[in-house]
Amino acid sequence: MAETGQLTHPALAMPAVSRVTVLRVAILATILVVWEAVAASGLLFRDVVPSLWVIGRAVANLLVENDFYWHLGVTAGEIGIGLVIGGTAGLVVGIVLGGSRFLSRAFEHYLYYLGPTPKIIFFPVMIMWFGVGPGSKVAMGTISCFFPIALSVAAGMRQIDDVLIRVGRSFRANTWQMVTKIYLPAMRAPIVNGVRLGLGVAIIGTLLAETKLSNRGVGFLIINSYSTFNMPRMYSLLIVVFVLSIGVNTLVSRLGNLDAVKTR
Amino acid sequence: MTAGALARRRSFPVLLGLVMVVAAIALVEVLIRVGLINRFIVPLPSQIGASFERVIVEEGIPERFWLTLREAFWATLLLSVFGVGIGVLLHRFRILRLATETWVAAFASAPTVLMYPLFLVIFGRSANTIIMMGFVAGLAPVILKTVEGLASTRRVLIDVGRSFKLTPSQLYWKIYFPAALPSIFVGIKLGMIFALINIVGVEFLINFGGLGQLINELAERYDLPGTYAAICFVILVSVLFFIITERLERWLRPVN
Repeated sequence: MAETGQLTHPALAMPAVSRVTVLRVAILATILVVWEAVAASGLLFRDVVPSLWVIGRAVANLLVENDFYWHLGVTAGEIGIGLVIGGTAGLVVGIVLGGSRFLSRAFEHYLYYLGPTPKIIFFPVMIMWFGVGPGSKVAMGTISCFFPIALSVAAGMRQIDDVLIRVGRSFRANTWQMVTKIYLPAMRAPIVNGVRLGLGVAIIGTLLAETKLSNRGVGFLIINSYSTFNMPRMYSLLIVVFVLSIGVNTLVSRLGNLDAVKTR
Repeated sequence: MTAGALARRRSFPVLLGLVMVVAAIALVEVLIRVGLINRFIVPLPSQIGASFERVIVEEGIPERFWLTLREAFWATLLLSVFGVGIGVLLHRFRILRLATETWVAAFASAPTVLMYPLFLVIFGRSANTIIMMGFVAGLAPVILKTVEGLASTRRVLIDVGRSFKLTPSQLYWKIYFPAALPSIFVGIKLGMIFALINIVGVEFLINFGGLGQLINELAERYDLPGTYAAICFVILVSVLFFIITERLERWLRPVN
């Protein structure tokens, strides 16, 4: 065994709480104290920096509100449908572009350069095409997530081991079999990464569209709390949206890491 | 030249791609003219092309462009100074990095642009809101890339510095910084792109400022060809911006 010759160190006595944790708690505590002090001092408008208790109460109120879950459901539905449509389109385009050097050279640079443009500017056009209802928000989610997924899949296609492709061909797999048995399993990591990036921008695209013109969804709630100058509610909505989107992002990237471990 | 020789040329696929795009635009023109696509929803591409000049001259595109550019410049300056500064700090104090790096990464994946109503309240409906939005959106990648660049400085370079008995500040300026510069540039480039996206986006959303506002204004006036032309213009500007920053980055990157 490789370990047999090694010296074994006596296990170091680990403190119950590591220094990093202490520092984290200290940083958080400092931020909260400074926030509370600013809120109490009245240096800034009181409503702009409300007391932590007020924000905490607003978060609690929000979480017990039935209406909020309805709006959250609307937004989640819009993002979900957008992700399915944009993701499927991105997957197909990515596989086609990644599989052909010729097509990649002909079209991929359009995707590459269009990818980082601000998608929200297409919103007036989407309203014209799909109306002011959820349709235009789904469309925003779709065009937002299409680009990162397509580019990630195209790059993933090019990284597939040639041996796997040759194995598929030698079994005379048809295109559908090649896609389902070879390409997709071999590209799990880039696909998951693309979906993670795509989901992030789909959330942004959909919610921003809701803040611009809508009467439902979490984006609408945020801009509504702005219009009524209900700052604690706005903070609570932002906190919930941030926690949810960071959580979903972490979850999807864990999924990618799990795959990486499995394939090792 | 035979067709085969032409196909072997590198530019052929690019040319074909361009021809296909032009053909697609022509097809849309035909479909609208025969009435298959409603011209009150999608204006004729020829009409959009014709309205370019009108939009540029009458809507003051040069001034708007200059305004957006200035906002992007200030946001980039802010995020370079603060991003690199925080990055250096996190690298210098390892425990700080261990404690906060995951926070910065989480912040990078958070939809920060949604905070724009909050920024509207704090900074008012002004260029400051837009600049701060760009700054916040682009900060995380600059921090992460700075830390990454500093941390991956080659051991041998640091040892050379130590053997010359450089002081900590000399070590930073002569060894760490130059070694991390390519990575820092990548970070600033990413930050700048995020900033620009958010600046144009917020301009559109709050109906204030440069190019983003123009789209909102034309859409509200129901000037369809103008709206499409303005969108094309913004895309063109963004694409040009990416190409320039990419070239600049390649030019600045030292040859290994």
